[in-house]
Amino acid sequence: MIVSLDPEVMQIAGRSLALAATSCAIATLIALPLSSLIHFNSFRGKRLLINVIQTLYSVPTVVVGLFVFVFISRAGPLGSLGLLFTPAGIVIGQVLLVLPIMMGLTISALRGVDVTLTDTAISLGANRFQTAYVVIKEARFAMLGAVIMGFGRAISEVGLSLMVGGNIRGFTRTLTTAISLETSKGEIELSLALGMILLFIALVVSIVLNRLQQR
Amino acid sequence: MSTSEPIIETTDLGQRFNGQDVLRGINLSIERGEVFALIGPTGSGKTTLLRLLDLIDTPSQGKVYFDGTDVTESTGQRLEARRRMAFVLQKPVVFNTSVHDNVAYGLRWRGMSRDSIRNRVDEVLEMVDMADFHKRNARMLSGGEIQRVAIARAIATEPEVLLLDEPTANLDPVSTARIEGLIGDIIQRYQTTIVMATHDMSQGQRLAGRVGMLLNGEILQTGGWHEAFNTPRNREMANFVGIENIIDGLVLTSEDNVVTIGTNHSVIEAISDFAVGDRVHACIRSEEVTLALSPISSSARNSFSGEITRMTSTGPVARVEIDCGFRLVALITNRSAGEMSLEKGKSVHASFKATAVHVIKQD
Ligand SMILES: Nc1ncnc2c1ncn2[C@@H]1O[C@H](COP(=O)(O)OP(=O)(O)OP(=O)(O)O)[C@@H](O)[C@H]1O
Ligand SMILES: [Mg+2]
Repeated sequence: MIVSLDPEVMQIAGRSLALAATSCAIATLIALPLSSLIHFNSFRGKRLLINVIQTLYSVPTVVVGLFVFVFISRAGPLGSLGLLFTPAGIVIGQVLLVLPIMMGLTISALRGVDVTLTDTAISLGANRFQTAYVVIKEARFAMLGAVIMGFGRAISEVGLSLMVGGNIRGFTRTLTTAISLETSKGEIELSLALGMILLFIALVVSIVLNRLQQR
Repeated sequence: MSTSEPIIETTDLGQRFNGQDVLRGINLSIERGEVFALIGPTGSGKTTLLRLLDLIDTPSQGKVYFDGTDVTESTGQRLEARRRMAFVLQKPVVFNTSVHDNVAYGLRWRGMSRDSIRNRVDEVLEMVDMADFHKRNARMLSGGEIQRVAIARAIATEPEVLLLDEPTANLDPVSTARIEGLIGDIIQRYQTTIVMATHDMSQGQRLAGRVGMLLNGEILQTGGWHEAFNTPRNREMANFVGIENIIDGLVLTSEDNVVTIGTNHSVIEAISDFAVGDRVHACIRSEEVTLALSPISSSARNSFSGEITRMTSTGPVARVEIDCGFRLVALITNRSAGEMSLEKGKSVHASFKATAVHVIKQD
């Protein structure tokens, strides 16, 4: 079925990739500046904040799903936007889902930069922003790794897409929701095909991550 | 009064970490154009002091003046002063980019134009003998090459003050000589004021005109090398500057600045103004001790006979340990050791001048 490039399978795979990529891009735009802000400033409760972020790495997808569901359902505060059971709803959910891991890993990446390098930059006359620039640049590969981890989490989650997206055929059906639906319907062959694609994507993600860690 | 103001001055400078004083009461004055060496055992606070001088850290006490201005507090003034200095850290690191960019950073941060940066980078890489390394990733360089990049990066900005923290630690003799030559070139070419921490006292002597001795976070003394080597302030420093003969004793007589010091069964004569009854250490550098097979003259002071207990030789010098009631070490040339056919078990006469004895009080 993969070999024959079944149009529906390909459409689902394309949609999954597009949703995860969009969520990942938006989350990156939020996570990188916010993490840098946290890392390069000292304030009360910084440690606690980082701990909270790290705890949220493993928040169950259904909990985020429930949270987003409540917010964007008809009766919720954002109900009037009609986001429930739309791709946009999924994106909102995925952004929230991957933000903690992206931020946490970005902060770790920045912390991982040798303090001697920071001292060297300062001694060479860098001001605060120039120092931050150097540190971010040194952490670039580890930070890219954080982004890819976020992408991996977004593309592989199922609970959230199911609850917020509703698995509507041709609209919000993704690889993971399709697999869970088709399997329960007994369409094992289709599920396997979708599963293979997901596995392939996961493989690519992990290869890229490995490559980055070697830099 | 000197006409020019010191380029760096500290008053009662102190630093604490975790409630512990790491530096105390540092009053240091670095003149424009001088080369100043900081020596002291590991953990004495050399790096901590250099970091304060480069305004990387803020002191927990005291003030730092740069070119006459108090730069202890204001962030803006600190940055401005820091941009007139450069600091080669004890553990040199390079940015994960090309050698060229490593050297260019400091210039870019000062807003220099692209063309001037290129010229300047060319010039300093030429100077450190790394003209062919422009495009190489700096992470892939050897330790000695990294140190040269670190120095190039520092001098690129034409600093008025160059701070060096053990610039040749962990380098082999060839790289050490190379870096040392480079520092010599910088001194010649730019007349840069240099403050360098070093554990290598012969290197310090070759490069620096003045030395400050740091011990347990305090500057014990500053001055010329002769003073540092021959008149250390306490036993620990005497040990640190390589005085091998430190003999404990009691002042027996004291007259016209001449004292006699009793130790075990012998009496040592020295020039000093300690009072009778003071407990002291008599310090004699081993190169000040001369050896002979027969007593030079019966009336000679500080002449002791004893038996050689150990002999070792390194290069052209022989180190001879003698038991003459107390242990005495002499450094003589291998040649004279050969002429006297000195060997373990042989009896010799050791002597040293009263002026060669430096007396310090016991703690
Ligand atoms: N950031 C810090 N926090 C806590 N203690 C510190 C810190 N920096 C230095 N110290 C302590 O201060 C003392 C002086 O350290 P410093 O690095 O200045 O010594 P040093 O003379 O440079 O030694 P070395 O010759 O080994 O480089 C040491 O006991 C060290 O452990
Ligand atoms: Mg040090």
